[in-house]
Amino acid sequence: MTPTDIRPTVEGRSPAKALRRRIGIDVGGTNTDAVLLDGGRVVAAVKTPTTADVTSGVTRALTDLLAAAPDAARVTAVMIGTTHFTNAVVQRRGLTRVAAVRIGLPASASLPPFVDWPDDLAQIVCGEVVMLEGGHEYDGRPIVPFDAAGMRAAARRFRKDGVTSVAVASVFSPLDPSCEEQTKEILAEECPDASVTLSHRLGRIGLLERENVTLLNACLLDLARKTARAFTDALRASGIAAPLYLTQNDGTVMLADVAEQYPVYSFASGPTNSMRGAAFLSRLSDALVIDVGGTTTDVGALRHGFPREANNVVEVGGVRTLFRMPDLLSLGLGGGSVVSLEPLSIGPVSVGYRLTDESRVFGGPTLTVTDIGVAAGLIELGDRGRVASLPAPLVRRAVERISAMLEEAVDRVKTEAGDVPLVVVGGGAFVVPSRLAGVSSVVAVEHQAVANAVGAAIAQVSGEVDQIFQSLPREEAIARARTIADDRAVTSGAERSTLRTVEVEDLPLAYLPGNSLRVRVRVVGEIAAAPAS
Amino acid sequence: MRIRDVSAEELESLAIGAWILGTGGGGSPYLALLNMRRLYRDGVVVQLMDPMALGDDDLVAIVSNMGAPLVGQERLTDPRTIERAVRMMEDYLGRRFRAVMSLEIGGGNSIQPFMAAAMLALPVVDGDCMGRAFPEAQMTSFAIHDLPMYPLTLADVRDNAVIVARAQSWKWMERLSRTACVAVGSIAGTCKAPRTGKEVKECGILYTTTKAIRLGQAVQAARREHRDPVQAVIDAEHGLRLFTGKVQDVARRATEGFLRGTATLEGLDDDRSHVFRLAFQNEFAVGWLDDTVRVTTPDLICVLDTVSGDAVGTETLRYGQRVTVVALPAAPVLLTPKGLEHVGPRAFGYDLDFTSVFA
Repeated sequence: MTPTDIRPTVEGRSPAKALRRRIGIDVGGTNTDAVLLDGGRVVAAVKTPTTADVTSGVTRALTDLLAAAPDAARVTAVMIGTTHFTNAVVQRRGLTRVAAVRIGLPASASLPPFVDWPDDLAQIVCGEVVMLEGGHEYDGRPIVPFDAAGMRAAARRFRKDGVTSVAVASVFSPLDPSCEEQTKEILAEECPDASVTLSHRLGRIGLLERENVTLLNACLLDLARKTARAFTDALRASGIAAPLYLTQNDGTVMLADVAEQYPVYSFASGPTNSMRGAAFLSRLSDALVIDVGGTTTDVGALRHGFPREANNVVEVGGVRTLFRMPDLLSLGLGGGSVVSLEPLSIGPVSVGYRLTDESRVFGGPTLTVTDIGVAAGLIELGDRGRVASLPAPLVRRAVERISAMLEEAVDRVKTEAGDVPLVVVGGGAFVVPSRLAGVSSVVAVEHQAVANAVGAAIAQVSGEVDQIFQSLPREEAIARARTIADDRAVTSGAERSTLRTVEVEDLPLAYLPGNSLRVRVRVVGEIAAAPAS
Repeated sequence: MRIRDVSAEELESLAIGAWILGTGGGGSPYLALLNMRRLYRDGVVVQLMDPMALGDDDLVAIVSNMGAPLVGQERLTDPRTIERAVRMMEDYLGRRFRAVMSLEIGGGNSIQPFMAAAMLALPVVDGDCMGRAFPEAQMTSFAIHDLPMYPLTLADVRDNAVIVARAQSWKWMERLSRTACVAVGSIAGTCKAPRTGKEVKECGILYTTTKAIRLGQAVQAARREHRDPVQAVIDAEHGLRLFTGKVQDVARRATEGFLRGTATLEGLDDDRSHVFRLAFQNEFAVGWLDDTVRVTTPDLICVLDTVSGDAVGTETLRYGQRVTVVALPAAPVLLTPKGLEHVGPRAFGYDLDFTSVFA
């Protein structure tokens, strides 16, 4: 990669050329936002509460958007980003119990599946753990023969116990997936109603991290299917025919019907979108970004226009993975966070999407951060009279506590000692004070409340290849893989001149003849200008 | 300190510090640490012993997990394997060990003796015989001092066990044990030639366990106080920053029981438009700045995550990672002419004279 490749795309492209008319939607825990982007410009933006069924909230957002900009019906794509899956893990809600199958005994016995999970999450997700003999060596030999009979017995037990989701991880499956494939066949025969997630489809070398991702994916499948269907229904109800994409952790998109099988890939898409949206809206390429939502606040850093990525291991809800994700600090503070004044406590419980029913200014019984904001005069919302009786000193103390929490979070994300600008986005932006220690300036941007949706609308397209090359020198095999990935990205709608490689990985397969190499390459780029029409 | 309890927090620090001293090898300490967390949760506490508290005739087990670090990412380390290797040695010798000691303080092998000690209820001696990690058996201070190299025991997770009863030289010991290691999948628990208390005190590289714990604590403190953790490593160990960049290419191959390959870094910040290339055999052996040799073994070549200060191993290097290459000084015994015969660049097949970056 040459140094010019890491230029921020928001500055490095001609927006009019690279962007088509697109709808970006962000479905957060509290609000559903939608924007119409045309020629790199935000034409219309709406914010509506997220609903329990998801569908009606998205439908409402689309209806509002179409009312504001009738043009929106003729968009070329709809991109939805959602924090639904990550919220489910963080809040331990809506997760499916998973049966974990680990193949590799007698190796790796002292560190079983779920070994490094937080206890509370493991208790919810961990159904049954089955450890079987099998797996492979790095050179392709079996460790011991696969215990297919044991797997069949386990599968019958799963069926009896009503297991709906199974996660399968076998030692060295990225090199030889046969034990996992065989398990899938056995499960199809004996326990046909269960969903199966195989680790070699999701991860690389590193059994524990790959298995963790597999388990997370398996526990989210039901929710993912339900959510993707809800999005599709909403689109149909709004009369929009454009294809639906879900945004991914790395700022790219995947067609919704593929994405619903891999919810883990959409984990960090909310924060990624808000960071990219913040860069787009502020035109800043190096800054801290704070995104105050309804339930949580994320703080991250922009470097060269892209979210600073966590370098190696990323924890999701306390679970260790090897995902590429923005390096973020999350705290349980948002506009919907529940406040108690005496003694003073704020969050992490949030009323979430029930803000407009539950919070005081909207006539509800629960005191929230939004109510404090209204009482302190930071924002005008709902009926101010309903919070007029709150004692001013207590409100002031709550505001001070919120500022202190934000200040600490910003401080923890900073990696250099000097003061840096802080871009504020998200629906709860009003809680961020105009001055914070360690920050050179607090930057407010237009459409800050819908930065996530903007980030979704400017999502990129990827191309990926993962295949075995034989009898080629390593450099040539990688170059060939890169060409295939580039072509696939272009086929998926990317502009060739904007493509950049984000991942290259090769694994020599010693057990295959002819210098075999498994090469994985992933490239991303901007969506190409629409063909003249 | 003659002998004292090691806290769970110190094990966490040890994992961070030892991973840095591993110079890319020794295996990620995380999996060994996970085993220790489980053992500590069950009430185990391991003790650390001042080597000077050893009697001259005490017998010390020198342990390590041997093989290609990449394999250790899939075949996860299990305390029972190293326990079996040590017990097999005791049975073979007909003697009991007084304590366990690390072959190499770098990487997961810093924690292997703790796993063995937990299973065998023995203390861990504060020290090792490399002061870092190296790939081969003859690359130790004991070998440099010409101590006997046999016997060696090797245990696999299956019911496979090997005793190398004799070897004509350290190189032969490496060859014989490596062959067995490759046969069982390039990962095995090993108990090296036992050492007397006298030998440990005279020929070991002492107090490196404490050093690794302190280094880890320095990194943790820097993170807590928002100082640069990479600088904290440099300050703590009188090191030198060599290059800051981004991983552009990694070529890796598990062969002959090692993980061999090269990594290319593209410069960032002050190093923009420069390229740094690293060659490794489990551990980083040589580093080139724009095709000129910049650093070679036995200087410690450490690749650190630029942001967190965490070490990056040869098996965990990934495209796109932002890393800083740092050199740390080697133990004096490695820098003697005899030491360089064992661990200098020629010992790794590079026809280069060793010039320390600290010279």
